[in-house]
Amino acid sequence: MSVNYFPAEFEVLRNTDKCIKCRACERQCANEVHFYDADFDKMLTHDDQCVDCQRCVTICPTGALKIHKNPNEFRQNYNYTQQIMTENYRQAGTGAVLLSSMGNPLPYPVYWDKILINASQVTNPSIDPLREPMETKVFLGKKPNKMSFNEDGSVNTKLDPHLELSVPIMFSAMSYGSISKNAHESLARAATELGTYYNTGEGGLHKDFYQYGPNTIVQVASGRFGVFKDYLETGAAIEIKMGQGAKPGIGGHLPGAKIREDVSKTRMIPMGTDAISPAPHHDIYSIEDLRQLIYSLKEATEYKKPIIVKIAAVHNVAAIASGIARSGADIIAIDGFRGGTGAAPTRIRDNVGIPIELALASVDQRLRDEGIRNNVSVVVAGSIRSASDAVKAIALGADAIYIATPALLAMGCHLCRSCHGGKCNWGIATQRPDLVKRLNPDVAYKRLVNLVHAWDHEIKEMMGGMGINSIEALRGNRLMLRGIGLTDRELKILGIAHAGE
Amino acid sequence: MKRVYVNEDRCLGCHLCEFYCSFANSGADDMAKAFKLDMAATPRIKVEEGGDINFAVSCRHCSDPSCVNNCITGALSVHDGVIEIDESRCVGCYTCVLSCPYGCIVIDKKNGGRTITKCELCTRNSQGEPACVKGCLNSAIVFEERGED
Amino acid sequence: MLEKEGQVRIPSGCAISGFISRDGNMISGEDAVKSISYMHDRSNGLGGGFAGYGIYPEYKDLYALHVFYDTNASREQTERFLDRHFDVVNLSRIPTRKHPNITNEPLIWRYFVTPLPTKMASSQLPEKEFVAKCVIRINNDINGAYVFSSGKNMGVFKAVGFPEDVGEFYRLEEYEGYAWTVHGRYPTNTPGWWGGAHPFSLLDYTIVHNGEISSYDANRRFIEMFGYKCTLLTDTEVITYIIDYLNRRQNLSLEDVASIIAAPFWSEIDRMEPEKAEKLRYFRNVFSSLLITGPFSIILGYNGGLMALNDRLKLRSMVVAEKGDMFYISSEECAIRAICPDAENIRSPRGGEPVIVTLSEEGKRKCL
Repeated sequence: MSVNYFPAEFEVLRNTDKCIKCRACERQCANEVHFYDADFDKMLTHDDQCVDCQRCVTICPTGALKIHKNPNEFRQNYNYTQQIMTENYRQAGTGAVLLSSMGNPLPYPVYWDKILINASQVTNPSIDPLREPMETKVFLGKKPNKMSFNEDGSVNTKLDPHLELSVPIMFSAMSYGSISKNAHESLARAATELGTYYNTGEGGLHKDFYQYGPNTIVQVASGRFGVFKDYLETGAAIEIKMGQGAKPGIGGHLPGAKIREDVSKTRMIPMGTDAISPAPHHDIYSIEDLRQLIYSLKEATEYKKPIIVKIAAVHNVAAIASGIARSGADIIAIDGFRGGTGAAPTRIRDNVGIPIELALASVDQRLRDEGIRNNVSVVVAGSIRSASDAVKAIALGADAIYIATPALLAMGCHLCRSCHGGKCNWGIATQRPDLVKRLNPDVAYKRLVNLVHAWDHEIKEMMGGMGINSIEALRGNRLMLRGIGLTDRELKILGIAHAGE
Repeated sequence: MKRVYVNEDRCLGCHLCEFYCSFANSGADDMAKAFKLDMAATPRIKVEEGGDINFAVSCRHCSDPSCVNNCITGALSVHDGVIEIDESRCVGCYTCVLSCPYGCIVIDKKNGGRTITKCELCTRNSQGEPACVKGCLNSAIVFEERGED
Repeated sequence: MLEKEGQVRIPSGCAISGFISRDGNMISGEDAVKSISYMHDRSNGLGGGFAGYGIYPEYKDLYALHVFYDTNASREQTERFLDRHFDVVNLSRIPTRKHPNITNEPLIWRYFVTPLPTKMASSQLPEKEFVAKCVIRINNDINGAYVFSSGKNMGVFKAVGFPEDVGEFYRLEEYEGYAWTVHGRYPTNTPGWWGGAHPFSLLDYTIVHNGEISSYDANRRFIEMFGYKCTLLTDTEVITYIIDYLNRRQNLSLEDVASIIAAPFWSEIDRMEPEKAEKLRYFRNVFSSLLITGPFSIILGYNGGLMALNDRLKLRSMVVAEKGDMFYISSEECAIRAICPDAENIRSPRGGEPVIVTLSEEGKRKCL
């Protein structure tokens, strides 16, 4: 095709007064945007290949680069926006489904930003986390509803298997394949140092990382990639992935190009073949089938590991969660519609599912209404962006949170949302050895640890302000939240009062 | 003694270390100025590229340095373990270049090759610590004690 | 119009006091009145109340229900409910005297009842559970009726006013008990609803409490899974339900209950003997939602004893003292000195340390 119909999305601005022609930008751009022209003795650019990943901007030693949105404008139209027009041009050119990565970027309401947190004044003292103990340890798993006692009258302390987290934050599922080996190593080492867990995603577990098993959640998804006895036994918990917030109702597709030797071994599929996760698990067409898989996995691991069932937040999420809570699962993970992904059809990512805030509020309330909240712990994912989002999630009723996008940010990701291209300039969402090398696990794991420590400090500050010195007293404590600018209906679903009430 | 080491599995071959080295030894206070006004020094570090492996090479500061031993004018000498060059005494005979087993002695192109130059761990410029280490994108170049002589 | 307890959550500071004769000697309610009057400034006239144990020896095997009614219609409706579920052995208005500072009194009735055996059999519930369920039903479902005392051989007396005035109003000098607890309330706003005064009670458990717990909604939303309805939205109510749940329904000792609601910090648990540490780890895991944080000092009364407990950081004052067989607990020492000038062993229990005082064998023979 000779004409593209649409202009480059971004424009690279180079300050030639600053550019020293070191060509680092050229060497570091996997999209081949920058090049040196000997005739002009100048660095030039192919703007149309730029994805705005900010790698060149970040590394430029003289700060000579900026990337901005191409100011070129189609004729103003609030209905047919430039984005929609461009997507149609693109599809007319390729005949294909549009692909996107990372979380839903559209301007839907972010309920976290419409919820405010309480603090103590006069009647109840706030607590200074620098002077008093402030506890954020969390256990995940089933709690018994009835005490049992030993023959000598002492309390029988035997429990179903639990996960113990020293911070209420875990790293959410990202498969080896969708992210690089170095990224996986960074997550595994960070989880180990933090006393929390990371999640293999559905890509199996590389042999090198079995050593981090006590801090690993191994996932069993519809493609069953890399699932075998050692894998299940190595993890601290097993997660059955029924759905993902970014693409509820559909499966996954890792292109053959990413299935290189190590990925192929880990996933247990031939090199170069596409790894296709079916939309449903083909042995789970109903809730009773899920129960069978849960108990199969429990049998396989001698009832030593908690089983997590992860679902996408969809319209009837509360009823689904209730079913899961009665099906033998120990933990339910709910993933909101803003959750990230390595690749998803754009239309699905941007239009399917519901916000995690509303899903969490209704699931927690539903489980309490049915008196089965003790059957399961609830973990939420799908765009918990900061420590205050985490505090709000826990106050709405979550036991712990999963983070993935913030973890990627800690490793350098700039949310260019081009993971599906496989040319991640930050060495995260790629399998190209020269790019993978760019993520130094020694640096990245430390940054992950720093991030979670920083959040933990902030969570403790906010708890102390509320007069709470242990995270369990925050869980489900919706009185600590107020809505701002929300309708009665939204407040009712969230189970909180409006600010000023 | 702390030395500059390169972890070759981390080195990206971006060549930025060379540019930071040039700037560090230029005497200029701004990097763009150093290069635009032709003040940039000949880099004392060089990235060797070879397929998947890249490696930035600079003086090892050997404990028994053949460059120093072979220098005919005494321009090369060791101070606190750092091998230094006194340009005023260098006659550009390149004996050191021939004798260095690592190829780390650099012919100073800035003055037409009349003297050599070499890494002095940024002890004689305003950096305070090796600029190549500080500027390395991927922490591939490190400045550390590895217990070697 | 101001919303009353149950429609809105009202924080309050308070004064508490209590004492017990371990040998079961009978003490006039006047002492409780005198004790609390010395902490006048810790209340603001918006609530006061008492719980006396061993005060109804002639009906000691019957549940004594004390009920507030807004109207005669609500009384009639409640009495029909009581007749369907209980054998009502005696009913009367609770005697009061006119008091210039106590106004707007509701109808205040007292019933001595025993569950109807047929009703209880068909409910398949243990007796106490049956009574508790009936009380919760009246308080939830019958408009204008509020059962504020429901134990055997004990009773709660409470009203809007300063506690010493409340004591005079209820003629407490005419009652004798082996243990009393008393409460003076300092709410930050209230329309002055009598049901909102303390002690709060369920069966023979009564709680007087000084504090404002920050874990309230976490505790409430958890305990409501087990059939309780927190209709008043007060700390005292939810603490009472938690203790009832753990002590009566889960059969845990009061020491264990204290180690759940005022759990030791993890750093302390890590230093304990392995066996003890294991139990506490278990409690903190299984009953994590029943951990109470924020300031509180409470006195729990029950048939046969008192328990005093502070939050684990000890953010509220509380002292205890002894003299002979008497044991005293109070927000301030002055309230103990007021009725026992030569009290001994005065000390301030540590945060989270339960102080449990029970009747001696002799006391049990006399009173239970």
